[in-house]
Amino acid sequence: MLWDTILLAVRALRRNPLRSSLTTLGVVIGVAAVIAMVTLGSGTTAKVAADISSLGSNLLDVRPGQHPRPGGARMSAKSFKLKDAEAIAREVSGLAAVAATASKGTLAIFASQNWSTTATGSDNTYLTLRRWPLESGRPFTESEVRAGKMVCVLGATVRKQLFGGRNPLDASLRLGKLSCQVIGVLQAKGQGGFGGDQDDFILVPLRAFQRRIAGNQDVDAILVSAQDGASTTKVQRDITALMRERRHIGPHDEDDFHVMDMQEIVSTLTGVTRVLTGLLGAVAAVSLLVGGIGIMNIMMVSVTERTREIGTRLAIGALEREVLLQFLVEAGVLSLFGGTLGIVVGLAAALGGAQALGVPFVWNVGIIITAFLFSGAIGIGFGYFPARQAARLDPIEALRHE
Amino acid sequence: MTERDTAQVHEGPPAPLIELRQVTKTYGAGAATMQALRGIDLRVADGDFVAVMGPSGSGKSTVMNILGCLDTPTSGSYRFRGIDVGGLSHDQRALLRRYYLGFVFQNYNLLSRTSALENVELPLIYRRTPARERRASAFEALRLVSLERWADHTPSELSGGQQQRVAVARAVVTEPAVLLADEPTGNLDSQCSREIIELLSTLNRERAITVVMVTHEPGMAAYARRIVRFMDGLVADETRSLSDFADHSDPTRPPDPSAEGFGPQAEASGVRAGSGPPNARRPQVEGT
Repeated sequence: MLWDTILLAVRALRRNPLRSSLTTLGVVIGVAAVIAMVTLGSGTTAKVAADISSLGSNLLDVRPGQHPRPGGARMSAKSFKLKDAEAIAREVSGLAAVAATASKGTLAIFASQNWSTTATGSDNTYLTLRRWPLESGRPFTESEVRAGKMVCVLGATVRKQLFGGRNPLDASLRLGKLSCQVIGVLQAKGQGGFGGDQDDFILVPLRAFQRRIAGNQDVDAILVSAQDGASTTKVQRDITALMRERRHIGPHDEDDFHVMDMQEIVSTLTGVTRVLTGLLGAVAAVSLLVGGIGIMNIMMVSVTERTREIGTRLAIGALEREVLLQFLVEAGVLSLFGGTLGIVVGLAAALGGAQALGVPFVWNVGIIITAFLFSGAIGIGFGYFPARQAARLDPIEALRHE
Repeated sequence: MTERDTAQVHEGPPAPLIELRQVTKTYGAGAATMQALRGIDLRVADGDFVAVMGPSGSGKSTVMNILGCLDTPTSGSYRFRGIDVGGLSHDQRALLRRYYLGFVFQNYNLLSRTSALENVELPLIYRRTPARERRASAFEALRLVSLERWADHTPSELSGGQQQRVAVARAVVTEPAVLLADEPTGNLDSQCSREIIELLSTLNRERAITVVMVTHEPGMAAYARRIVRFMDGLVADETRSLSDFADHSDPTRPPDPSAEGFGPQAEASGVRAGSGPPNARRPQVEGT
């Protein structure tokens, strides 16, 4: 009986290729959209988390000024000096490396090319902390750092913009009015977790930066990495205590600097991307709904024809439940087929999108099942209920339906 | 299909296959009430061929729908082979249609985009006839209506007359006790009409299928053994035709009471003109 009904349903579906394919299309679009969007969203979340942890999860960032809070005005505070970084390196235990950095927007010029970028002053430790290997050339030498020589290491973007395919090593470019010799090129890092191009960057020795570019002795940030196994919480506490002492902050006064744990940033950003994923999911849910309405429309539009068909079947001697079973199976077959196709299309789109955006492809079985069940329910619901209305009529009413 | 012994049906007083008593049908409610049937008495015996005639709005289609269990009477009783149809459930009426009735509609009501053969197979599917037997029977029925070569064509590829022949094949493939035809030739030209009516007549004579047919064409009604005329929801009069022997072109020819096998039965079929009880004579509403 059931097998007969399935055959009957499939036969009926084949007779109306347009209606069947439109209904299927509705399910496919709904399912595929949800799966593609949520999968891409999850991939982006994972990518952001990975990017940030590539910064080093045991990294601490010490900056002057209070901890940035949403909406809160930032109090201006005395900047750090190189001595502060040296004090941290000397007095706080459990540290692997400390790098003092300062940055400023600068125009870099080479031959007829110029490129507006950021010059950062620091030393080789900075590259170690950021886990950023050289692609070619060499890092700074001890004497270059100490003497503050105008030599620089280029980020991949700057190198591409200024040199194109040419070899930049040993070339002399100008930073503002100053001449600077290129000694190394960094590997491309791509877009950062914070957005923005991490490779749009030139590194010079800190002393050279302070003396020639910034014209002061300020240090914008001190990057600190804890030793493996050392507690970042303890390091954070020690640095805070040290800096309060060095900056003469009274016991009842608030810090005029902040120590940020990358772990915090990771969780903040992951939270943000999770919200974005949720947003994408909501958009996808709307498309699922639209797909559902598409299914509903097709079903409703065909209800006149179907009502007469139901009338004919009833007149011929079909029972109400036989007619309903047939329609239920029809709707089920369409939804199942459309849903399966939607999963394939959605995953394919997610895979393509993931490659295009450079984010990992993350399986999300929950959303696949949800999308499938939801569109299935819509397809079956809107296929079934109009049919039920018709099957309950006296056959003559169904036959007369206009 | 097994041949029925047609002689048997005409001999002796057969039990009434269909019996309507004081059947009324009212549509709508309140001021918009329309009384389509106002107390119909009708009996149809096995093997009969009854033509129901009358102007539009006289209730002839309504009575067909009630006979076919497609619609339910407002009051009165309908007995099919002695069974009170009014007491049957929705599903039981469906089963009655499945096993005893065949329908031919004015607008064919074939499933679109479905081959002639599959259309004819449809009633057998609901009868759970095994696939092979089903195909054979359906093909046989198509041969009966001379459409075996059109078995794979869909209704849109067939002419009106051919579609109606497919519908007839679908109606008779189950060998029903009664074939109910509601203006089967209403949409057809005279040539096709003739083919269909002769087909019905043949089925009636050779397969002893009882036929009740609504028509407004006297030329079609002339093929029937009995003609029942409806007027304003009541049976106006009834004539016996000698369809088997009569000249079809002359439907006005007076019936011969000595027609073989019909005399007593037709007398007993009790179709009385204007015999509705007082309570059936409600104020007539326009449009009935």
